[in-house]
Amino acid sequence: MEPFVVLLPLFGALLAMPIARVGGPRAAEIVTTALLGLACIQAWFLFADVALGGNARTISLFTWISSGDFFADWAVRLDTLSAVMLVVVNTVSFLVHAYSIGYMHDDGGRPRFFAYLSLFTFAMLCLVTADNFLQLFFGWEGVGLASYLLIGFWFKKKSANDAAIKAFVVNRVGDFGFALGIFCVFYVFGSLRFDEVFSAVATNGVVTPWGASAGAPIRELTITFLNWDFHALTVMSVLLFIGAMGKSAQFLLHTWLPDAMEGPTPVSALIHAATMVTAGVFLVCRCSVFFEYAPDAAALVTLVGATTAFFAATVGLLQDDIKKIVAYSTCSQLGYMFFAAGVGAYGAAMFHLFTHAFFKALLFLGSGAVIHGMHHEQDIKKMGGVKSLLPLTHLLMVVGTIAITGVGIPELKIGGLPVGTAGFVSKDMILESAFAAGEAGKAFGYYAFALGILAAVMTAFYSWRLIFITFWGPSRLPEAVKKHPHDVPNVMLWPLVPLAIGALFAGMAFYKDFIGSNAAQFWNGALYSAADHASPAHESTDGRSHGAGAPDAAHEGTAGGEGERESAGAHEGGNEGGHENETLEFPGWVLWAPFWAMVFGTGAAAFQYLRGDPLKPGLLRPGGMIYAFLKNKWYFDEIYDFLLVKPALAIGRFLWIDGDGKTIDGVGPDGIASTVAASARRIVKVQSGYMYHYAFVMLVGIAALITFIFFRLGGAQ
Amino acid sequence: MNDLLAESLASQHWLSLLTFLPLVGAAAIALRQAMARRGADGEILAKDQAQIDTVARTVAMLFTVGAFVVSVFVYVAYYDPSFGGYQLVEHIEWLGGGVSYKMGVDGISILFVLLTTFVMPICIAASKTIEKRVPEYMIAFLVMETLILGVFCALDLLVFYLFFEGSLIPMFLIIGVWGSKGVKEFGGVSMPSRVYAAIKFFLYTLLGSVFMLIAILWMWRYAGTTDIHALQQTAFPAGAQKWLWVAFFASFAVKMPMWPVHTWLPDAHVQAPTAGSVVLAAILLKMGGYGFLRFSLPMFPIASADFAPFVYALSIIAIIYTSLVALAQEDMKKLIAYSSVAHMGFVTMGIFTGTSQGIEGGLFQMLSHGFISGALFLCVGVLYDRIHTREIAAYGGLVHRMPFYAFLFLFFTMGNVGLPGVSGFVGEFLTMAGAFKVNSWIAFFAAFGVILSAAYALRLYRQVMYGELTKDKLMAIPDVDAREIVMLGLLMIFALALGVYPKPALDVFAPSVDGLIASFDAALAAAGAH
Repeated sequence: MEPFVVLLPLFGALLAMPIARVGGPRAAEIVTTALLGLACIQAWFLFADVALGGNARTISLFTWISSGDFFADWAVRLDTLSAVMLVVVNTVSFLVHAYSIGYMHDDGGRPRFFAYLSLFTFAMLCLVTADNFLQLFFGWEGVGLASYLLIGFWFKKKSANDAAIKAFVVNRVGDFGFALGIFCVFYVFGSLRFDEVFSAVATNGVVTPWGASAGAPIRELTITFLNWDFHALTVMSVLLFIGAMGKSAQFLLHTWLPDAMEGPTPVSALIHAATMVTAGVFLVCRCSVFFEYAPDAAALVTLVGATTAFFAATVGLLQDDIKKIVAYSTCSQLGYMFFAAGVGAYGAAMFHLFTHAFFKALLFLGSGAVIHGMHHEQDIKKMGGVKSLLPLTHLLMVVGTIAITGVGIPELKIGGLPVGTAGFVSKDMILESAFAAGEAGKAFGYYAFALGILAAVMTAFYSWRLIFITFWGPSRLPEAVKKHPHDVPNVMLWPLVPLAIGALFAGMAFYKDFIGSNAAQFWNGALYSAADHASPAHESTDGRSHGAGAPDAAHEGTAGGEGERESAGAHEGGNEGGHENETLEFPGWVLWAPFWAMVFGTGAAAFQYLRGDPLKPGLLRPGGMIYAFLKNKWYFDEIYDFLLVKPALAIGRFLWIDGDGKTIDGVGPDGIASTVAASARRIVKVQSGYMYHYAFVMLVGIAALITFIFFRLGGAQ
Repeated sequence: MNDLLAESLASQHWLSLLTFLPLVGAAAIALRQAMARRGADGEILAKDQAQIDTVARTVAMLFTVGAFVVSVFVYVAYYDPSFGGYQLVEHIEWLGGGVSYKMGVDGISILFVLLTTFVMPICIAASKTIEKRVPEYMIAFLVMETLILGVFCALDLLVFYLFFEGSLIPMFLIIGVWGSKGVKEFGGVSMPSRVYAAIKFFLYTLLGSVFMLIAILWMWRYAGTTDIHALQQTAFPAGAQKWLWVAFFASFAVKMPMWPVHTWLPDAHVQAPTAGSVVLAAILLKMGGYGFLRFSLPMFPIASADFAPFVYALSIIAIIYTSLVALAQEDMKKLIAYSSVAHMGFVTMGIFTGTSQGIEGGLFQMLSHGFISGALFLCVGVLYDRIHTREIAAYGGLVHRMPFYAFLFLFFTMGNVGLPGVSGFVGEFLTMAGAFKVNSWIAFFAAFGVILSAAYALRLYRQVMYGELTKDKLMAIPDVDAREIVMLGLLMIFALALGVYPKPALDVFAPSVDGLIASFDAALAAAGAH
């Protein structure tokens, strides 16, 4: 039964086009949406069983690749981590499918759109339920394909095609690292299976890389990578993280995400907000045991995450396209998730991933309703006063905004639960974790905390700016739109309701499980914390049980318990998901800082946009350097184009014309030919039917040569 | 009685039957051509010519399909995939002096035999649009099939050499006679570009094989036999191995083709008719990789190990260099041809790692490339048949008129990019995993190909398929017809099946590859001990 949770969307993807041929587009929409609905129900059941009931299991379907010791199965791995993702993916996907029935109702390519959406969902589910790195990579590339197809869905538009290719190629840059990371894991462990690899690290088992004469405990192992000796786990973690940076649009590899908004808005909600872009966070959490014992790699994650959170928020301040604002906001929120994972708070990272899915999908789908209602207008400066035209949409967007800005009351606990929106609960947790990491001396802990607070101010500012400029104030819309806004059908509104409920209450409802008192039981070992395993009592039991899962004696040493020499650093694990956070003592201002950041950002937005003309210039005036810098997104596109894209094309041309043409051919065949021009002249006759003569001559020649050889040299016997 | 017959066939003549079956078809066509009714001027009557053409097409199709059926039958009935040694061996005394006619297959060659017989009927089907000299054309293809099958089945070095060199000739003709139009300056003479391409193809490959022939002679004198199996057991002196390796390398490197002896390939592909490109890409290129595995590695293990870094270097250059060149192409076929060179770079890189992932990955990559790049050339052929140009800029927005074609072309583009789930991924990934074991630098550089392949393949697809449909010539372009769907669909099924479940193919490779690696390692160990 379990595989169906993954396969149902695949059936939808395969059936959509044939059904549309027979029963029309509506039939295809209903079938794909219904199949997703079933998958969604199953996902929640599995969540209850696996995550809440503690029934983690893996269902192996069949072998995918098996070559020597290189082995990978097609499998459905169900543990709490994948169960959380199943719920997020299937729920949002189902709602987006339903929403798209309304949003895409007048598009000729609807069946194709639904096929792509279902295909995406299938690939994403393969990713999260993988039990080995290779299947994860399959899903990873599969979602990339679906993303490419959906960004370029309106393939008549040049900008959409450009954006689609950019998304795919930039992601491939990340995959470059990811693939090398997988090779590295294979080289060191001789296995790609999560169970074997992770338990080897958890037990600090002795591993022998391929061809090495002697093994070493994995946490101390160094390997040669590109002629330098590195700590093995650090190399692997960094390489895998490069993949995560691409998929999750982190700083330096983020440029594709804003462009990806060329795709239809439901796509942005599903792929570029709630699910695919969080795959990188998922990957880091899945490999938490690597990062726990690779502090340098974890520091890099923290640095990149915090920088992204800050950078994307600054750019989000000045965007006028409603979708781009939400896109940069997504980028920024992903940064939060990463630095949470970087400081070891995997539970908090996953919690934010979970809550973010609700409120960000809500914001995107709400924006979609606005765009739909305003006749495909996306520039918020041309809107204003939309509140009166789309009151319900306005309400839902405000719910999304108070969730993302983190409205709530710090320090107050009712029945052990915090009081606040989903974003409040998860984001505060992340910021506190970052501060705690700083206290514990972890690299970039304070940096992440400081940038996180600054980003929170900006989050509040740009989120409310969107609401104020779009929905409030006087209308700047053309009369035609003002009089006759497109009707936003119910099928586009009801999917927003569960998302709104989640945006408000998911934080409180799941607090205990994800990061609160029940966390250790909830995660059930799916997330790893070095600190958890530092006590001797843990070691003996864990070490043995994990070790038993490693059959390949050649690669898994007999580490057992004695390899469990914890370094002092492991105790700095901070407040990972499995920990009871309340036990940590924070200064009061740390707990209140996110709150005041939110209040300050909201106030600033109100001050700027609710007094008089909302479009009047603010602190950053057009023409200023900072304004231009932010407006041009820190000039990343220009720099990359200049440094990478143009040179690649120029080098390609150069190698072709001068390398292949002038050098190789010029010296080789053409050069030889010109010296024997006379004979070449005769060959021209080839075209007129003399070919066979030449062929015959050649055959005779070869035969003669061989004959000669055998008669002349035959005496060798 | 029947059992006895079957047994004697099984032990003796199946491979020869298979190999020469297409040749019988060629003879039949030639015979019908010879019996043609001629008019007073000695020319064949137009009516009879039309009939001959039909006969030629039918016979070619029957015999290629027949060969496919026979090959599948032989594989299912007589081939034991769990056994790594040579099977279905036939041995007939021929020239004496250790030279005999010997045929046989193992896990390294059997799937290429099947690939050949599978691709050939598709090529015949793809030749529907050929109108010039149809009987000769079909004869060329049937002869070529025989020669290619001979290459993969031969277990005698001399027999191998004859087939190997012989396969040049029909290909040379197919490019030179049925190639496309255009004029090219060559050696101070202007000639049709197809002839330039054919000569370039010939010059390169023949030049390479001259050295191989000399090496073969030396080996025969040294070992007193040209039996491949025996030569594989012969320990050639380390010094001689170097020279022999280089001589064989010269021939196989051109065939692959490896950088920098690859420039014949884009020209040959561009000029060849569609079916010619398909055979070239799908099968002929594989003879180089096959040669490395059949000869270089097992016969000259010490030299192979010594020269491995050199091969890695050329492979990496091929992957990056030709991928960059592919980015700059304006001709569809050239772009795919350059991408072929890049993909073959993964093969050579993998083979010389001497690891099971590298070698099996290389073999798998060759197999998969046979489906995917064969299909890509068919895809270009579909457009060429309709619009008669291969220039990328002449197209755009085809997705509006050709939705089925768009789907198929997208599938194979993704296969070319190495998307997991399609067969292209498996080989590429395995070879890189094998390379990483040996030296992470190799995998590091090779992985650049992963980025670049996405760039050039998606660029091609975008420019041809997406955007507005604005060009007049394209307004009435019809979608793929049933014949084209069958051809591409068959290839797609295999590319997909092997992408999702490559195990059957890998399992066939494994026993022979394991044996190869074992003797390779043993030879190196022995050399190290000295």
